[in-house]
Amino acid sequence: MLEYQIEKSTLTLKLSGNLKDEDNENQRAAIYADAQKQKLTKICIEAEALKTWDSTLVALIYKLIKQTQGKTEIEYIRVPKHLAALINLALSVDRKPTQETPQKLPFIESVGQSTYEKWQSFKKGLNFMKENWLSFMRCIKGTAIMRKVDFLFVLEDCSYKAFGIVSLISFMVGLILAFVGAVQMQMFGVEIYVSSLVAISMTRIMGAIMAGIVMSGRTGASYAATLGTMQVNEEIDALKTMGVPVTDFLVLPRIIALMMTMPLLVMLSDFMGMLGGAMVGMFVLGFSPAEYWEYTYKALSMKNFLIGMFHGFVYGYIIAMCGCYYGIFCGRNANSVGLATTSAVVSSIVWMIVITGVLTVIFVEFGL
Amino acid sequence: MTAEKKSPIISANNLSFGYGDFMLMKDISFNVNEHDIFIIMGGSGCGKSTLLHILTGLKAAAKGDIKVDGTPLKAEQAGKIPEKLMHSCGILYQSGALFSSMTLFENIAMPLQQYTDYSDKLISELVSLKLALVGLAGFEDFYPSEISGGMCKRAGLARALALDPKIVYCDEPSAGLDPISSRNLDNLFLDLNESLGTTFVIVSHELPSIFTIGSNSIYLDGETKNIIAQGNPKELLKNPPSEKVRQFLTRGEK
Repeated sequence: MLEYQIEKSTLTLKLSGNLKDEDNENQRAAIYADAQKQKLTKICIEAEALKTWDSTLVALIYKLIKQTQGKTEIEYIRVPKHLAALINLALSVDRKPTQETPQKLPFIESVGQSTYEKWQSFKKGLNFMKENWLSFMRCIKGTAIMRKVDFLFVLEDCSYKAFGIVSLISFMVGLILAFVGAVQMQMFGVEIYVSSLVAISMTRIMGAIMAGIVMSGRTGASYAATLGTMQVNEEIDALKTMGVPVTDFLVLPRIIALMMTMPLLVMLSDFMGMLGGAMVGMFVLGFSPAEYWEYTYKALSMKNFLIGMFHGFVYGYIIAMCGCYYGIFCGRNANSVGLATTSAVVSSIVWMIVITGVLTVIFVEFGL
Repeated sequence: MTAEKKSPIISANNLSFGYGDFMLMKDISFNVNEHDIFIIMGGSGCGKSTLLHILTGLKAAAKGDIKVDGTPLKAEQAGKIPEKLMHSCGILYQSGALFSSMTLFENIAMPLQQYTDYSDKLISELVSLKLALVGLAGFEDFYPSEISGGMCKRAGLARALALDPKIVYCDEPSAGLDPISSRNLDNLFLDLNESLGTTFVIVSHELPSIFTIGSNSIYLDGETKNIIAQGNPKELLKNPPSEKVRQFLTRGEK
């Protein structure tokens, strides 16, 4: 049981019986409010008949004392020594935070600061690209510090291990393209050109984009998470202090591996997309395999195929760059690794789309 | 909370554990009494942290019985800690293991929200108290990344103490701390042991800490895979039962 009385700026708390799990919200609020009204100079705690207690009671007494900002005298009357010791412990080791809370900037200043930070971040990205270019040059000269086994490991990870997911997604995209195209073409009675639609769109750009998106979510995210965790574990600092260029050791193998395998994955994606379209052509639209293949073959061109492969090559660079960049510049906690992974995937997809737009304009300008 | 009687709160009988064919410990038995600060000592790789994981229920012993606060830990329950023990045991991990995306307040409030029906106001008061107990009053709104390693450990201890546990397990609490922070943490263990009556089971090889706070201890030997010394660390230093223990307790003095 918890009773209290305030007399001549002295608060007397009478504790008795069982005071475990003391969560009487109204009573606690009343004590705090009454105590606040008075200018207390003394808090007297009587606990002669107190049997059991826990932290909820200590929290109450601690808050009461803190409310007076340490200006009160505390008197313990027959308080169990452990209870008094705990209250004293909570009061004695008080340490105030020294960090200033960041002030909210006015709107114009915050826009300015945000723009400046973006510019700095862009410069950091360009510098990272320069570092990678220098690493590549060292690699050509044979002076880059890069382990063959690391390269083979990442090569394995982004080559045949990605076949399954790339095949599945591309197959489904080919199937969807054919379905959507068929609905429109049926209106003109030219359903057979579904095969051409699928062949041209997959080889020219869709195969590359699908492979790029899948690899961005699969491999780009994995690069960011791996390097981010290395940053958290101070492994990247260790490399730097040993004089090993991080870009040689960690970034270069990943960029080369992904730039090598992406064109192959694009080929696979093209083929699987066309296969998905063929399934619709044969089983939904009722064309024979020979008929479907004939129109597909007519639509295929080496130019489109090579343009698709080139896109894959560029996407490989973008995905590896974004994954490694966000991994290496990750913060030092678990949250930062998650943020780095998300940023890597989002940035690589955004950059892939931007670069695709630029390349498309260039190719069209050159009549390709 | 104020019981003075010393009786075993943890009893381990004939525990064995290994990875595949490699045995890490064979038939070890010991008791931890209530209100003890019990130290698990031993050289690197002798299985101290593994033993702590077994005692907390995170790993299952290959053989043997463990009772913690009257609850048996069964091998088939490994990784699923019995509900009762979640209330009566707290764990302080080597790094503090605070959730980086949460403030200190949210970290410490989590077990209270999970296992009690307390009102939000009371939870807030309890969190303030626990932070004050570990010397971090006023740090409620800080994120773990904004405080030092030693403070993270203290905050981890506050979280371990959130539910007024009977037993707190600590894995190398002084590792990586400067001597003053390490001493402060030792004093905190002594204060909490004294005021809350909490039993501490601490894995450590920091000799100053061991002698300052340890009321009982065991020495795990990597070669024999068994306990080769048991008792108060200061007593063991006075009368070491083996040369290995003497060397350990004197920092390899010849």
